[in-house]
Amino acid sequence: MTDSRHKTEKPQPPFPAELKALGSQILGSEKTGDGHHEMLVDRSRILEVLRTVKEDPAIHCDLLVDICGVDWPDRDDRFEVVYHLAALETGLRLRIRVPLKEEDPTMPSAFGLWKGANWFEREAWDLFGIHFEGHPNLKRLLTHEAFDGHPLRKDYEPGRRCLLTEDEIMTPEWARENPTDNDQFETHILNLGPSHPATHGVLRTVVQLEGEVIRRAECEIGYLHRCFEKMVESQGWNQVIPYTDRLNYCSSMINSVGYALAVEKLLDVEAPPRAQILRLILSEFSRIMDHAVCLGANLVDLGAVTGSRYFFQVREEIYGLLESCSGARLTVSYARIGGLSHDVPENFSSQVRVLLDTIPGFIDDVEKLVTRNTIFRDRTEGVGVISGAEALAWGWTGPCLRASGIPYDVRKASPYLGYENIEFDVPVATTGDCYARYLVRMEEMRQSLHIIRQAIDSIPGGPVMIDDPHIAPPEKSKAYNEMESMIRHFKLLNDGIQVPAGNGYGFTEGANGELGYYLVSNGGGKPYRIKVRPPCFAIYQAYPHLLEGQMVSDAIAILGSLNIIAGELDR
Amino acid sequence: MPQPDGSSIVLTTRVQAMLGWVRKNSLWPLPFGTGCCAVEFNSSVSSHYDLARFGAEVVRFSPRQSDMMIVAGTITDKMGPVVKRVYDQMAEPKYVIAMGACACSGGFYRAYHVMQGIDELIPVDVYVAGCPPTPEALIHGILELQEMIQRGKTHHDRLKTQDRKATTALPG
Repeated sequence: MTDSRHKTEKPQPPFPAELKALGSQILGSEKTGDGHHEMLVDRSRILEVLRTVKEDPAIHCDLLVDICGVDWPDRDDRFEVVYHLAALETGLRLRIRVPLKEEDPTMPSAFGLWKGANWFEREAWDLFGIHFEGHPNLKRLLTHEAFDGHPLRKDYEPGRRCLLTEDEIMTPEWARENPTDNDQFETHILNLGPSHPATHGVLRTVVQLEGEVIRRAECEIGYLHRCFEKMVESQGWNQVIPYTDRLNYCSSMINSVGYALAVEKLLDVEAPPRAQILRLILSEFSRIMDHAVCLGANLVDLGAVTGSRYFFQVREEIYGLLESCSGARLTVSYARIGGLSHDVPENFSSQVRVLLDTIPGFIDDVEKLVTRNTIFRDRTEGVGVISGAEALAWGWTGPCLRASGIPYDVRKASPYLGYENIEFDVPVATTGDCYARYLVRMEEMRQSLHIIRQAIDSIPGGPVMIDDPHIAPPEKSKAYNEMESMIRHFKLLNDGIQVPAGNGYGFTEGANGELGYYLVSNGGGKPYRIKVRPPCFAIYQAYPHLLEGQMVSDAIAILGSLNIIAGELDR
Repeated sequence: MPQPDGSSIVLTTRVQAMLGWVRKNSLWPLPFGTGCCAVEFNSSVSSHYDLARFGAEVVRFSPRQSDMMIVAGTITDKMGPVVKRVYDQMAEPKYVIAMGACACSGGFYRAYHVMQGIDELIPVDVYVAGCPPTPEALIHGILELQEMIQRGKTHHDRLKTQDRKATTALPG
């Protein structure tokens, strides 16, 4: 038990002196425990603070990570808006909390500073009813138009539904009236999705066409809003893991590992080394699966059906490994807070080695078929171009950001699971188009294999679960035969893991970018609030802007290259 | 039916049985995939599990061309009207498979925005359990449906019987 509790914090940049004058109350990073500098700011000064944070050269937080609401019905200031910001160069991480009164939950919008604030603020309006003044399009995002109330408020009954009829399906206002230009082609409104073969999930985009060129576009999401954040508030901390697995279902292991790491940060414990390295190996395999699905689907949409079949075979091979470890193919629920649910099978290493030998063959085959294929290059080169600065302004992370030339990777920037001991490259492309995103993903799959190759030789022995009776249930044989173990088992399974009151933000490199969990605990066995920062969410809000001026068939190529997973997008 | 020795034989059957036999072996699925289950549906039609072995590989995304709707994934209240409309656009005879816990019953999302099973909206012939079901389970579901079509036990057949009863029971 003593082994498991040791500090893992790496040195943080000091609190910038410029900020001290701004915050009404500064909480140093040593108090937050998750490596973030935290400050409380009054809403009247928030815009000023945010502008300083962004534009002051000494601070320069260029990435708006997340905006979310928290509801505290018992407090004087019922609502709280929480900003997470990051400075990519210095590694500075900042959390700003703004309390709001129940009678007047309004505050200024940050859209003018970071375009990425757009959907995050709309979500906070939808789920909490927090009004952002100056937001260009503040309306419901995840729930439907006929919805009544703000569901993430604590007084909203989790199961209270509002039904939607077909007449109430929303179309953006500009799309209802169809202006025609007599000199030009007739304009035309086209509805892509939500049931459309190329959307791979449930995404809807309304576009205005002039001939075949897209003039205007708007996305409608929320068709897979399964209320993850409300559901988990009634579960124990460990019971959240099956839900996290269904966020990005193409790489569920990464989600649950990211969540477990975030809770472990809050508990200030660390999983045993064996569990860490197994988590790392399975996460990297999941990354390969995710990229394989993304690229495969992208290829199908562009007419290259064969490539996707090769990539689906890669998935099947990896499924075999996951199934032998956890019993499930897709939604594995294998990670636990404090380790893994059980050890891997005896032939794990040999299975991994077989995969390491077979997967490169599939990647090479696709490479030969596609990478220099003229049709594929014509369809993707120069299509959906976004510059690095603009991608960052929208809050992009992950392979899509790296394809625009910014080498930000959480595995390098703030290593976890022992990535600091492993040698690997972060592939970067510069053109920022669909082809660049394809190339980055292809190379990332190779790098993941490279990581696994190093990790597989250094799997230490020992347990896969932390030796802490407050976190890990006792072994079954002991729970059946020893009085004390039985009591502990009973207590742990009835009351759940007790997480001390506080908040923390844990982030890992998901398959699509920075996957963050903002956790709030009020000291009980259940989470008070969990906010997921899904990488897709920030990426997809820029999609309408990528579309403007492109051909309608390019819309499909661009969508495929962004790898939008509806489960994670809508939660 | 000509035989090797030059003679010919005649097979007799009922029209219903022959129609059922024809229909069950040429199911054209419409994958209404929303969530995690859609990935497993993709696995089922890919090379490893190869749904073509059971005559159901002609995946069509147009409801006009397909007769077996596979609802794979969670259906939310926002998506509900869309499911209904797509189902209504399919021509009779049409069959529905609810794939996975969410489509069957809402799964573990007992929540403010999730439909508690698609049978709130459309009639379902086969429920496939699992979260998500393995491709084997989905294939089993399709085999079950084929059996139901052959025996005239689908929702479509029940509707027809009801219609016939209603017309014969009309006074005058």
